Amino acid sequence: MKVSYNWLKEYVDLSGISPEQLAELLTRSGVEVEAVESRNGGVSNVVVGYVKECGKHPDADRLNVCIVDAGQGEDLQIVCGAPNVAKGQKVPVALVGAKLPGGVHIKRSKLRGVESQGMICSAKELGLNDKLLAKDQQEGIMVLPPDAEVGMDAVSYLGMDDTVLELGLTPNRSDCLSMLGVAYEVAAILGKEVILPQNDVTEDGEANPVTVEIEAADHCYQYSGRHFTNVKIASSPQWLKNRLMAAGVRPINNVVDITNYVMLEYGQPLHAFDAACVHDRSIVVRLAKAGEKLTTLDDQERQLDEETLVIADREKGLAIAGIMGGANSEITSDTTEIILEAAYFTPQSIRRSARMLGMRTEGCVRWEKGVDPQRVSPACDRAALLIQQLAGATVSKGVAGGTVVRKKPAVVSVSLDKINSHLGTNLTAAEVSDIFTRLQFPFETADDIWTVTVPTRRGDITLPEDLIEEVARLYGYDHIPTSLPSGENTQGTLTREQKIRRTIRHHLIGAGMSETITYVLVHPEQSENVSGLHEQSYKPIPLAMPMSEEHGVLRTSLLPSLLQTAAYNKNRQNHDLALFELGSVFLSEEEKLSRLPEERLYLGGLLSGCWVRQNWLGLKQPVDFYLAKGLVDSLLTHLGITDVDYQPSEGRSGMHPGRTADVLVQGVLIGFVGQIHPATEKAYDLDETYVFQLDVAKLGTYAKSFNEYRPLPKFPAIGRDLAFVVDRRVPAAALTQLIREEAGEYLESVLLFDVYTGERIAPEKKSLAFSLTYRHPDRTLQDEEVQQATDHVVSVLAEKTGAELRS
Amino acid sequence: MQTRLENMKQAALAQLAQVTDAQQLQELRVKYLGKKGELTEILRGMGSLSAEERPKVGQLVNQVRGVLETAFADKQQALEAAVLNAKLASERIDVTLPGRPIATGTMHPLSRIIEEAENIFIGLGYEVAEGPEVELDHFNFEMLNLPKDHPARDMQDSFYITDEILLRTQTSPVQARTMLSKAGKTPVKIICPGKVYRRDDDDATHSHQFTQIEGLVIDRGISMSDLKGTLLTFARQMFGAHQQIRLRPSFFPFTEPSVEVDIQCVICGGEGCRMCKHTGWIEILGAGMVHPRVLEMGGYDPREVSGFAFGMGVERIAMLRYGIEDIRHFYTNDVRFLRQFNRF
Repeated sequence: MKVSYNWLKEYVDLSGISPEQLAELLTRSGVEVEAVESRNGGVSNVVVGYVKECGKHPDADRLNVCIVDAGQGEDLQIVCGAPNVAKGQKVPVALVGAKLPGGVHIKRSKLRGVESQGMICSAKELGLNDKLLAKDQQEGIMVLPPDAEVGMDAVSYLGMDDTVLELGLTPNRSDCLSMLGVAYEVAAILGKEVILPQNDVTEDGEANPVTVEIEAADHCYQYSGRHFTNVKIASSPQWLKNRLMAAGVRPINNVVDITNYVMLEYGQPLHAFDAACVHDRSIVVRLAKAGEKLTTLDDQERQLDEETLVIADREKGLAIAGIMGGANSEITSDTTEIILEAAYFTPQSIRRSARMLGMRTEGCVRWEKGVDPQRVSPACDRAALLIQQLAGATVSKGVAGGTVVRKKPAVVSVSLDKINSHLGTNLTAAEVSDIFTRLQFPFETADDIWTVTVPTRRGDITLPEDLIEEVARLYGYDHIPTSLPSGENTQGTLTREQKIRRTIRHHLIGAGMSETITYVLVHPEQSENVSGLHEQSYKPIPLAMPMSEEHGVLRTSLLPSLLQTAAYNKNRQNHDLALFELGSVFLSEEEKLSRLPEERLYLGGLLSGCWVRQNWLGLKQPVDFYLAKGLVDSLLTHLGITDVDYQPSEGRSGMHPGRTADVLVQGVLIGFVGQIHPATEKAYDLDETYVFQLDVAKLGTYAKSFNEYRPLPKFPAIGRDLAFVVDRRVPAAALTQLIREEAGEYLESVLLFDVYTGERIAPEKKSLAFSLTYRHPDRTLQDEEVQQATDHVVSVLAEKTGAELRS
Repeated sequence: MQTRLENMKQAALAQLAQVTDAQQLQELRVKYLGKKGELTEILRGMGSLSAEERPKVGQLVNQVRGVLETAFADKQQALEAAVLNAKLASERIDVTLPGRPIATGTMHPLSRIIEEAENIFIGLGYEVAEGPEVELDHFNFEMLNLPKDHPARDMQDSFYITDEILLRTQTSPVQARTMLSKAGKTPVKIICPGKVYRRDDDDATHSHQFTQIEGLVIDRGISMSDLKGTLLTFARQMFGAHQQIRLRPSFFPFTEPSVEVDIQCVICGGEGCRMCKHTGWIEILGAGMVHPRVLEMGGYDPREVSGFAFGMGVERIAMLRYGIEDIRHFYTNDVRFLRQFNRF
């Protein structure tokens, strides 16, 4: 809503309050002013002039030499290039010394040898928004109405000595979609009266011939039809145009402008029909028929449905109620008889139809939020008075139609105690009464309880809390004290899951990885090109109406987004990447969701390029599988997760079949780690890239926090190094596992310290060297005991894996 | 005899001064102080002295031995020091060369803000509550006093999956779920951080995915002044101890009264600049007293208890705190962006 400061002054005394001050007051009390803009973009010394003579320039075909009376005592000679300049026009004249928007200064000059003492201006040159100009004012110089007074300051004539406050209204304050609504608000803030507009119309015509039938009373509570004859359609007077333009509305003709003007003034949308086009002067308010179509004012044919409210005569549709009039009954320059509609349509009805039709007019906006039912008749009379005054019309006697449903004002009670306990204040009864009085809310009070009859213009107030808000905002939030909740003490803490999540995040950051956050909505093709972690394949869940295919479905794996992030970085020469993300994936077996999908929190990691790189030290460690696995290992260790198995995993989509391992804890799959399949790497234009993906809930299941200290050993350990030659296909983990199981109770640790394949052993074999450490908690072990244990290990390994001790 | 001793001492000291390495030192030590050295020989010759002279000369011999031993020890120390110094000199390195790289990771700025906010509110006795990102329309809207045709749904253009299921547009449904799970018990003190989604075209200031932190307190006698004090505490911990807040009336369907909360501009400190449109204030969150209908739907009697709620955009807080100019940086994850957040 754009509010003209000068216009607002008609309804409330603003003396001593500048537009900027007014804006601040409104914003601080609940109606946000988003912008305060002067209508004058830098115009000075421009006056209304009269073109007395207009002849061709002797040396230039396209130029005219005009003699202009600008009220300066002497006539001015002005050269003008606009083709529409003509003798007898009133025009805006920029005098020598004038300033125009954009830093233009008008000087005395010669154009092709002819002196020019100023400039005749176009509307654009004066800084007027051409979208708001009448069509005939958009080209050439601005021709002013004949009654413009010669010599008058054009800035004031065009209403540019005004400031516009642009309101950013919250949905509950639709009362401020009208000048009167704003006036009530300002009056409450300033403690002033509201001056209502004049709307005493003298009905000087015959009896109103219009008939109204309201068939759809659920959609239309009231319909008033006024009737006018002898209407003279013309351009509106300048003051009216100025106000419409200040409000951002384009002037069209006097009758249409008046309906818009009164809508802005009262918040009540109005519509005028050419009565000659209305069959039998009959108005029927009904729902559209199946298949009914209507061509609206903008020449679009609209397909209506059976819930669309239409205004019709007995033969045809005339308008889509509350949204737009029909072309068949439009006001034209030939119109002499009109029917003026003022109605109350229900917000639900208009909102639904507007959505269905995809239309949103100024009227719609007001209908949807709910207009004040008590303003229907005053607005109708106000428009009638203006049509009589400005279009010379005769007003027929009486108003057709009536009210079928009457909305009662809300009655709401609130106590002083409730107000003060809710706000934490110590307001007195007098202070509260003063606020309701300033708001012009009628109330009764007894025992510090107010019973307020809420004016229908404030349909947003229905509860005691709504009244408390009115008190709070007019009392001022700055005056409310500060305190902290004083009830029972509570312990602030994180849950175990939340602590584990933080532990994971902090560990990986400490280990050298950077956290990322990516979009949850991904491309449908992207979602499954790298394996998820679940036991079965899930189709990603699609949005009903995605904004783009790129963000069309919910992700089922974190890895595609991480790969995309890696590709994005590689394109920017960021080659060395160690990234992770903690985020949810969304899984459902249903084709169409009937319940919420399962959300699983996953941890995804990605490594590409070099882990360590420093040229002068000759350090360059490209990432590899074992780095990725090492990071997973260190995380699992930090989480206290033991009994971890890594098993070769050949079938994961998007993963290298020979370089991927499932991670299992006590036989349960908790994640996987591996290299991205070369084909997928190529698709993303990535170098060798390693990833891992773990299920955070499962990590939580097996995680154990540190709570058991063990005393330091008192007796020395004995070490044995054993190297085995074994078939290459035998996994190292199988040997480690057997050693753990078979080396006896005093084995403290086993460490694989060397892997060798090459010339010194058979080609299908590999050598694995282990370092075994034995220790007894209570005494020093004997060499023989250790030898016995080791011999046993060697024989078991030979038997079960064919491993031979390397000599 | 005495003269001989004196001469020997002088000769030994003179030779010692010439010694340059450990080998020479050892040879010289043998020559003068060894079992067959000169001093021993002189001692042997003492048999020829008179009984009176013997103690005198004996004393003299010990004196000379003492002098020489000290001199040899000093020399030895000096030689060792020289050797060590030479070794140290040869070991000199350029300490200005870069250190061995240690991989350092960084926390995402949104996580930083969330963890910091969590810590602030945990300190105030809050729990951290969470809920699903794919949510029922019922929890996302209806439980928050936004029935299907409510005008405020204008502000929330949402990603629906079905008519009843959508990506949550706010973290407020967690409040509704928490209220139901608390089954009318008080006090409730929670914050709910999480991802939310709205149908916005991505640009420098809009993102179809973003992050919110909501807070909810329900107890007997909770007032607007409690809300104001809580938010002032938060603002001071998050943005600096000098901070002030300002409440402006606003509208949210789930609170009444509703306010928008400003802090002093982080750029100009309240003087007025382009960032704060010359007002000195910057909006950081929305808040209000929990709407009685929301309390009722959550299983609380608005005549018995009251509550406040607040909600803030984490991206906005991060952008203000760190001066980030484009919201898309949070989601494109350019490592040149991420790696800047490497300090505590």
